[in-house]
Amino acid sequence: MIRECEAYWLGRVGYGEVLALQREWASARTQGLVEDCLLFVEHPPVITLGRGAKWRHLLADEDLLRAQGIEVWEIERGGDITFHGPGQLVGYPILDLTRHGKDLHRYMRRLEEVLIRTLHRYGIRGERSAGQTGVWVHGAKIASIGVHVSRWVSRHGLALNVSPDLSAFDLIVPCGLSGIRMTSMAALLKRQVPVQAVAEAVAEQFALVFDCAVQWRNSPEAVLSLS
Amino acid sequence: MEVKIVVPHMGESIVEGTILKWLKRPGDRVERDESVVEIGSDKIDVEVPAPARGTLKEILAQEGATVAVGKAVALLETEDAAPARPKTEAPPEPVAAEEGEAKQEETPTKGRRRITPVVAKLAERHGVDLDQIEGTGLGGRVTKKDVLPYLEGRRSTQEAPEPKRKEEALPTPTPRRAAVPLEEEPVEVIPVTAMRKAIAEHLVRSKQTAPHVTTVAEVDMTRLVNFREKHKAEFERQEGISLTYMPFFVMACIRTLKEFPFLNASMEEERILLKRYYHIGVAVALEEGLVVPVIRHADRLDIRGLAHAIHDLAERARTKKLASDDLKGGTFSITNPGALGAVLSTPIINYPQAAILGVEAIRKTPVVRDDQIAIRHMMYLCLSYDHRIVDGATAVQFNQRVRRILENPLELIL
Repeated sequence: MIRECEAYWLGRVGYGEVLALQREWASARTQGLVEDCLLFVEHPPVITLGRGAKWRHLLADEDLLRAQGIEVWEIERGGDITFHGPGQLVGYPILDLTRHGKDLHRYMRRLEEVLIRTLHRYGIRGERSAGQTGVWVHGAKIASIGVHVSRWVSRHGLALNVSPDLSAFDLIVPCGLSGIRMTSMAALLKRQVPVQAVAEAVAEQFALVFDCAVQWRNSPEAVLSLS
Repeated sequence: MEVKIVVPHMGESIVEGTILKWLKRPGDRVERDESVVEIGSDKIDVEVPAPARGTLKEILAQEGATVAVGKAVALLETEDAAPARPKTEAPPEPVAAEEGEAKQEETPTKGRRRITPVVAKLAERHGVDLDQIEGTGLGGRVTKKDVLPYLEGRRSTQEAPEPKRKEEALPTPTPRRAAVPLEEEPVEVIPVTAMRKAIAEHLVRSKQTAPHVTTVAEVDMTRLVNFREKHKAEFERQEGISLTYMPFFVMACIRTLKEFPFLNASMEEERILLKRYYHIGVAVALEEGLVVPVIRHADRLDIRGLAHAIHDLAERARTKKLASDDLKGGTFSITNPGALGAVLSTPIINYPQAAILGVEAIRKTPVVRDDQIAIRHMMYLCLSYDHRIVDGATAVQFNQRVRRILENPLELIL
């Protein structure tokens, strides 16, 4: 049986909306009502804290953030604090991991593999750092991963800095690692890279690494149910 | 009875987990499969469900504590008389806790009636008209919780209620055959190498994606056989390698691919890509399996050039000196089961190409020529093609054209 996976490009969507969609899809996936899916999205500026996060890693004043329209969410993913914003590709694989090896470390390594291979296509040499999940280029972090698993169905996922405003990361201590440098594809390639194109590249590598058939569905409106 | 909630198995190399967040407190009632705690490590957060319905009795490890896989983190006082039955019976019910969380953190809707993709799929699958259902979600939205009872109600009015399932009687043991001593059924276990696994996955993917059809043409190779006999000694002296038939096969194929571009193509979801370049894969049988190194831009080489390219790739394949680039990017492949004596085969396409040509053994065979029996050197050409991309008629014409070129080798000069 070929494993099928649906991919969606949602465009620019608020964090809360996609969070609700993720939870619903994951719940339906647990019941076998839907297939695996990959949700690709760009978020307006938002800071999220995972279960491992410390509030002291949020450096900016919360009122200040609210005034700027930057939401802060505390959510059920693993990992510490991170920032999502325009120019950053956020991907949410909602997979039934019982069909992908039932091994969470292996899942993380595979997500890293997908990102490393995607970067390779753009001529960027991404690497792992032992003991620190994510993808690095010359010691600077280019992609973060944080997942949640319930009944072996995954949600939350990965964030790849394509061409975000890196100064936004100054609002936090990214992933709780002080002294960490963040980088992006645009910074390394010294040119603009369209986020949706990178999403397609990620989906392509995902199909290879996870050995499944990825089908792009072209109706984000339907997914977000603006019927 | 008291049941333990333990740190679940999360992966081969995961030996422990950290308590990230307790979702329930001692004294809380929980349903079977309802999430009780989140445990994880590094960047993972795993929800651990209650194994049975009951009341959370005691928490044994606080948030932040690290506990080994398999060890208990909490005690549950269950109502079930027996331990939880395996999950394969009824589908798990929607989890109340998760839904509650989702509702709290949703932003208000804009007033438009919303249907989520999950509900849309449910409706489609069961033929439900969503306008018939009243939505109880935010903003009048129809949620899963509205659809499922509707389906239940519909089912119970349509069908007679199912008789209550009694506990099935244990199957009676069937008489067994006398056990055969193990020494009489020896089995040698061969571990699957990475290469074999890769080949296996490639083949399965090809067969499952492309509908394979094989069409066969019969070629009179006599002219080419005589030509080769005449020139092979001198060729070997001049070029240092032996003259095989493969360069002629490759050239004949390229000539024909130019006339039949759909056999030098690949298919994506909505497009067929006709390759206007010719990277021909030539299969080499190794002990570990078949590899198909590629001659890039094979149309730019003459017979001698092709002979050298093939020889070089085969040598490097056998001495394990092939680079991964040598195996990529092929647009068409040729395989040679005839070299080992096979007369007919149904080769598997080298996905994502559109076709593969199998050349079979050349045998002296009695045939009819001008209403008389003649002895000629005959060979079958077995072309397997992807029927999504190539029509039967096109495939047959392709095969016949290759045949005509091989039967009239002077055509290769043009």
